Amino acid sequence: MRSVPISLIGISLIFFSIAGIGFCGSGAYGNKIFDPGPLKPVDSVLKIKTGDKAPDFTLTSITGKEVRLSRYADRKNVMLSFIPSAWTPVCSDQWPGYNLAEEMFRQYDTTLVGISTDPLPTLFAWTREMGGLWFDVVSDFWPHGAVSETYGVLRSNGTAERAIILIDKKGIIRFIHVGDINLRPDLGTLVREMKKLNP
Amino acid sequence: MRCITDQNRIARVGRAVLTFFLLSGYMFSGTSGFCEETAGKLDFFLPLPETAVHQQYLGLSTDKPFSLGQIRARVVIIEIFSMYCPVCQREAEKVNALFRLIQSKPALKDKVKLIGIGAGNSAFEVDFFREKYSIEFPLFSDSDFSIHKKIGEVRTPHFFCLSLEEDKRFSVFYSKSEAIETPEAFLQILLKDSGIKVAP
Repeated sequence: MRSVPISLIGISLIFFSIAGIGFCGSGAYGNKIFDPGPLKPVDSVLKIKTGDKAPDFTLTSITGKEVRLSRYADRKNVMLSFIPSAWTPVCSDQWPGYNLAEEMFRQYDTTLVGISTDPLPTLFAWTREMGGLWFDVVSDFWPHGAVSETYGVLRSNGTAERAIILIDKKGIIRFIHVGDINLRPDLGTLVREMKKLNP
Repeated sequence: MRCITDQNRIARVGRAVLTFFLLSGYMFSGTSGFCEETAGKLDFFLPLPETAVHQQYLGLSTDKPFSLGQIRARVVIIEIFSMYCPVCQREAEKVNALFRLIQSKPALKDKVKLIGIGAGNSAFEVDFFREKYSIEFPLFSDSDFSIHKKIGEVRTPHFFCLSLEEDKRFSVFYSKSEAIETPEAFLQILLKDSGIKVAP
């Protein structure tokens, strides 16, 4: 009599159980993506509002450059894109989309700064995997999440919200989006808001 | 005798369990594979394309949302993509070349149709992707991921190829989450698996 080897059933069970782990919308990262599953949509309380002067900060980018927000005053609008964590599903596809939309940011005289509480080496490796980005990516790792906390987008687990803060050339906050962390903000909304700064 | 019967039954159940898990793993891995169940997952409706050119391309004679089976073709290629997906961005030119290759062959252009569905992409994002890469074939928005969830949350880009029957039923003969090697190689696979004969 032929029988089914128990080991084969075991292997298929293991395969089945891990098949969903590492799922990312894009196939760009293979099985390197950690999927934390659905998260609490928002887990912080904003400390800023539209019309406020944007709190200044200086953070180090993955190129080693110091990025100071106030340096853009009178030169460029600035969009801050806070993301929760490198190597996770939604984040891993968010910045590559902004990378593709570079010309739209330029059209509306806006620069983009990506911010995460991940350490620099992690952000460096992750953005390399994306194929590189045209905008500055900075680490808010130490003092841990200090800038995120100042803006009121630091979650209780030490990661940032998925937040967009649009600042005009005078350094005034003109648009805030702290949406469901499990979803990407619509590019159309961001473009409309940039357009408002450049009538 | 009874013992042998029981053993046979256990073996049959074991094989069934093994088959189930292997197929399930294959499907949910999103890397390859399809099964009869896949055609059911593609049982959704898309909005009528806005342009007459795209309506005509798909051979639609309705003013309502349409199902894949209503497309006038023998084979429909569906690319599940995302504007945000780096691989989809890199693949866009190749998929355009595939479309042009099909359109350049008189024996194929009315039989093989190509559409794209933007998983989690708003209408704005789909339009942006279309304009960025000058995409000529119809693209559709799946902003709330409803289609993406229905088809098993495949990784992008994912390609389905359907074989359509005259009674509007269809079967899936290709389903893979990976970049296409070359448009020519992809078309060869498609022709071989679909059974469409094309004069050299």
